[in-house]
Amino acid sequence: MPNDSTNINNKALAQNTYDAIVVGSGISGGWAAKELCEKGLKTLVLERGRNVVHVKDYTGTTLDPWELKHHGNRTQEDRKNSPIQSKCYAFNEVSKHFFVNDVENPYNQVKPFDWIRGYHVGGRSLTWGRQCYRWSDVDFEANAKDGHGADWPIRYKDIAPWYDYVEPFVGISGSLEGLPQLPDGKFLPPMEMNCLEKHVAERIAKEFSDGRRMIIGRSANHTQRVGDRGPCMYRNKCHEGCPFGGYFSSNSATIPAAMKTGNLTLRPFSIVSEVIYDKESKRAKGIRIIDAETMKTEEFFAKIIFLNASTLGTAFILLNSTSDAFPNGLGNGSEQVGHNLMDHHYGVGASGSYDGFQDQYIYGRRPNGIYIPRFRNINAKTKRSDYVRGFGYQGGASRGRARTAEGVGEELKNQLLEPGNWGMGIGSWGEHLPYYENKATLNKDKKDKWGLPTLDIDCEFKENEMAMRKDMMNSAAEMLEKAGLKNVSTYDSMPAPGFCIHEMGTARMGRDPKTSVLNGFNQMHEVKNVFITDGACMSSSACQNPSITYMALTARAADYAVTELKKMNI
Amino acid sequence: MNRRDALSRVALILGGTVVGAHVFLEGCNPAEKKAATPGTFSDSDIAYLDEIADTIIPTTNTPGAKAAKVGAFMTVMVNDCYDEKDQKVFFDGMKQLDEACNKQFGKSFMDVDATQRKTLLTEIDKEAKDYMAKKKPEDSKHYFRLMKELTLLGYFTSEIGATQALRYIAVPGKYEGCIPYKKGDRAWAT
Repeated sequence: MPNDSTNINNKALAQNTYDAIVVGSGISGGWAAKELCEKGLKTLVLERGRNVVHVKDYTGTTLDPWELKHHGNRTQEDRKNSPIQSKCYAFNEVSKHFFVNDVENPYNQVKPFDWIRGYHVGGRSLTWGRQCYRWSDVDFEANAKDGHGADWPIRYKDIAPWYDYVEPFVGISGSLEGLPQLPDGKFLPPMEMNCLEKHVAERIAKEFSDGRRMIIGRSANHTQRVGDRGPCMYRNKCHEGCPFGGYFSSNSATIPAAMKTGNLTLRPFSIVSEVIYDKESKRAKGIRIIDAETMKTEEFFAKIIFLNASTLGTAFILLNSTSDAFPNGLGNGSEQVGHNLMDHHYGVGASGSYDGFQDQYIYGRRPNGIYIPRFRNINAKTKRSDYVRGFGYQGGASRGRARTAEGVGEELKNQLLEPGNWGMGIGSWGEHLPYYENKATLNKDKKDKWGLPTLDIDCEFKENEMAMRKDMMNSAAEMLEKAGLKNVSTYDSMPAPGFCIHEMGTARMGRDPKTSVLNGFNQMHEVKNVFITDGACMSSSACQNPSITYMALTARAADYAVTELKKMNI
Repeated sequence: MNRRDALSRVALILGGTVVGAHVFLEGCNPAEKKAATPGTFSDSDIAYLDEIADTIIPTTNTPGAKAAKVGAFMTVMVNDCYDEKDQKVFFDGMKQLDEACNKQFGKSFMDVDATQRKTLLTEIDKEAKDYMAKKKPEDSKHYFRLMKELTLLGYFTSEIGATQALRYIAVPGKYEGCIPYKKGDRAWAT
């Protein structure tokens, strides 16, 4: 039977060959899958975790608090299994199945770094904060202007049509404001501000001469039906998965769209260990995985590969894909892979209370807040001498319960039954500069349970971020005070990098292959059939929530990749 | 990741979740005068905790904490959610509270009447408040602070507390940012 093994190999090759492979099924992987499938490519999506089917697998989210053993609260066991994940605001008794077990998924904190993530189909698109803000040329020109990082190879005009393209499908509610630093998009009707928010927004517009504005958050919660999704029911339990399809996720939107084409093969439990490189053709040939259930290695082949494994996941795959041609990792001739790791720095702001509006209240639980777009360093008039770049604010007003909780008995009970005063808090999200020395590297001495190296993460905020934080805190208090709030207090909880869950930048885009990993179409300079469109591609972090930019870049890159494929350039 | 931190801070200053969300301690066992350990709460412990909770949140024109089974909820939270340090404070506190009752009224907490219970817990509440104001950050919380937190948390997230004492709508279906409010209208549970 001398030919058997050849036959088997050929059969395996044929069975495991696709037009395209997408690694990861989160917010950018879902988009890559949808776009490639809709353009007619037979596409394999590899996801390292379990499948999560829209609605069916959102278990527990329709339970009322008293139907949950701990009424929604975290347990000691949660803290033991997931000491890092359980610190996340979105982690609760129901949503915890969308977060990894930290013990089984180790990484090494050279400096404190909270890596918050979920390994399952949909990834963090199920638990994300849903805030969607376009970038502007203030952001795309920043590196070139102040010299930090590599110049972005694109400008707003390059991505604007792609924001236009993805936004209506995502389904983003928001208001049109005409702000140059935060371009308007194609929005569903905005959510409403409450009484105090309206009041504060008016006061901020009046009190500040720098054009500062407070607007309603732009959120991927659907204020109207989007296709077969939504509308939002205002439960504010989004991170548990929405049985109404009230917000955008891979599970609710892009994966079903890809599935509908008949071109999608979704393979859960597929841990990608490396990209297989072919020296002859100078192309990636395929992907090697470990099946998380059988522990067996398997290979898949395709003409185009999209890496959407997340900023750190993609960095891991590149660094672990070594060959004679790329001894330091795939496409890493620049030595930039794993470097320039960024997050946003946040957890700083102010809050206060308000005496008025005692005859006003709220109906429903709005899964969205307000946004104060960046107002520093956006033009000559707003230039700061103490730091570069800028920050925005998110927050909201509400009318809580209980004025005090003193005493016991009927008096205590009665005063806890009515609403208390109104109050408002705003917290700031600031830009983190790209520093080469902030990085993720492979640790081959510490392996995970699949025998793969782990990541050493060495990342910190530096002087520019610290100087900015002072302004972030003081400006928050100043705005609330000028808006008439009382008892204004500031806070700075200084979370470690990673905790904002906006990690970016380990395989940056750039014009020069010597100093960047990807070109202006998210294509690897050195491996033309590999595209990276998750957070790894980002050359700077701006201060806006990044997901909508990943989505626009992904759709743009998929369009380019398929065009190049048809031209036989790939 | 998002604005939720800012929002929860609002709730904090307003008191909405002041006593509740992420709080944790430890406990004890009075009736038998032997220190209980996690997982060993007896039926009589639950009955005792029900009476403490019902003194904090009594039945008025709506049912109180005992009807909402807050005693059992407290034991689940102490067992599953408190760290060992807080568990010990809670268990020891169950004993201390009964001892205080014996000292003041010559009877166990289970044997004194509702007025005496309220008198006792009002004093312990003041003691707890003073202690909490003066304590160093690394010091344990006062046991009664823990009991009160769990009572309020358990009651207002119970079906009785959320739907009868407060108002609760599982699926609001819409959002209105400014609706008329008149004094006496109940607050939303969530």
